[in-house]
Amino acid sequence: MTKPWDVTSEHLLRELAPQVLGAVARRFRDFSSAEDAVQEAMIAAFTQWPREGVPENPRGWLIQVASRRMTDLVRSEIARRQRETTVARDVEIMEPSVDIESDMDPDDTLILLFMCCHPALTSSSAIAMTLRAVGGLTTTEIANAFLVPEATMAQRISRAKQSIKTSGVPFRLPSAHERAERLPVVLHVLYLIFNEGYASSIGAHLQRLDLAREAIRLTRCAKALLPGDAEVAGLLALMLLTDARRAARTGPHEELIPLNKQDRTLWDRTEISEGIEHLTAALSKGSVGLYQLQAAVAAVHDEAARTEDTDWPQILALYELLKRVSPSPMVTLNHAIAAAMVHGPSKGLELLETLDTDDRLAGHYRLDAVRAHLLEMVGDCESAIKHYRIAASRTTSIPEQNYLMTQAARLAEK
Amino acid sequence: MKYILMMNTMRAGHGVPAWAQKDLQAHVAFMIGLNQELRQSGELVSAEGLSFPDQAKLVRAGKDGVCITDGVFPESKEFLAGYWIVDVDSPERAYAIAAKASAAPGPGGAPLNMPIEVRAIMSGPPSEML
Repeated sequence: MTKPWDVTSEHLLRELAPQVLGAVARRFRDFSSAEDAVQEAMIAAFTQWPREGVPENPRGWLIQVASRRMTDLVRSEIARRQRETTVARDVEIMEPSVDIESDMDPDDTLILLFMCCHPALTSSSAIAMTLRAVGGLTTTEIANAFLVPEATMAQRISRAKQSIKTSGVPFRLPSAHERAERLPVVLHVLYLIFNEGYASSIGAHLQRLDLAREAIRLTRCAKALLPGDAEVAGLLALMLLTDARRAARTGPHEELIPLNKQDRTLWDRTEISEGIEHLTAALSKGSVGLYQLQAAVAAVHDEAARTEDTDWPQILALYELLKRVSPSPMVTLNHAIAAAMVHGPSKGLELLETLDTDDRLAGHYRLDAVRAHLLEMVGDCESAIKHYRIAASRTTSIPEQNYLMTQAARLAEK
Repeated sequence: MKYILMMNTMRAGHGVPAWAQKDLQAHVAFMIGLNQELRQSGELVSAEGLSFPDQAKLVRAGKDGVCITDGVFPESKEFLAGYWIVDVDSPERAYAIAAKASAAPGPGGAPLNMPIEVRAIMSGPPSEML
């Protein structure tokens, strides 16, 4: 008996991917090969299920296909070793038992998430691993999303698995202490996936996989697995409250529209109320962190029906908290903007001066863009034009560059 | 972040370099090895070598869009010889790859220390959040 393939089927398949991988990796005690075998089972499912229908026990189907593949791998590995050592040994081949499903552990998805967001990996490797092993995406899909050749992405994944193997991390849930220590890396990887998706969700890249939606799905999943953690909820809220503005963020010619000029009726109310709900619940837990505070800033913006209704004193207070909880030059920059909106642009410019000597932000276009904006507010058009142009030459984003050049041109024509 | 590493030939108008066979082979082997290394590290997006500058044509549209081709100008100082596009985690890594390519062996196996121009490839808009 099969069920017809519909929109929910792909979702189901992706949810099952890490669970199946967990069971197969535990049974065969080989994460790297299990990961390849599950990838093949996923590809088989994506080809067969839409045509032949979704099997009655989709999980069992995937486990069976992946296990068969694993058995083949084990067999050929034994044959290779026997050829090399010319010693015929009796090696028992582990046949997948029918009860492999009982090996499944609800924590598997979480174990995989911690494994893929391993501190030994570079962020690009961790992102690729997470999307494949936890997200159930194919290498082709991930390669397309990052606009690199499939072979390059496959190599990146295989090297990441090698690093995980060398690190000697066992396939089990890290201790509570270790988890607390490593959770920030996991959250950062999810944040980067969202960022990549949100940053590239403009016209020309429409055919690319929606990484922002995928990041939201994975973070939802992480939140369900770590219900007591306020920062996971904060990150989910931040993503939803940001994604809600997606439709208003660009104009008809793909030009960037800044927050204060956006048509707020285009904002997604459902996403906003869901984000605020998660944020409120998270804040009540008492341990306020980086993501909750950023989400709170996003929520203040989202709650203002018009730009002029924005509660800047509250945003300023939130950035003051952020400066204490998680100081960074980017936070200082945003704090300066909020201070300018509350106490006037001169105050903002004064705060920016502290950043001029900060190497971490040296040459970053955003410092010049903010300075240009504040200089325009105090009426120093000449200097504003200069800094808009410097910012335009430093950004690596074409829509951003067009926006900044337009600002300089607008002032020059005044 | 993606970068383009552009390898320029030293002077225009030069065709196939008159190197000893051994030197040429070492140079070619180096370049093949470099590409293989970048492919294996999961960083190579693409790499192409271009035909020699004396084969280049300069094209511009004339009246009514008629195509006018011309040989290259002999006074040009540098020509693009080839390029790599890499996807790396930091600009420093892009510079390191460029430095390696720059030191490709030339006559007598001595490093050429060719100029390699590194430019970031423009990507999508960055985040509003950071």
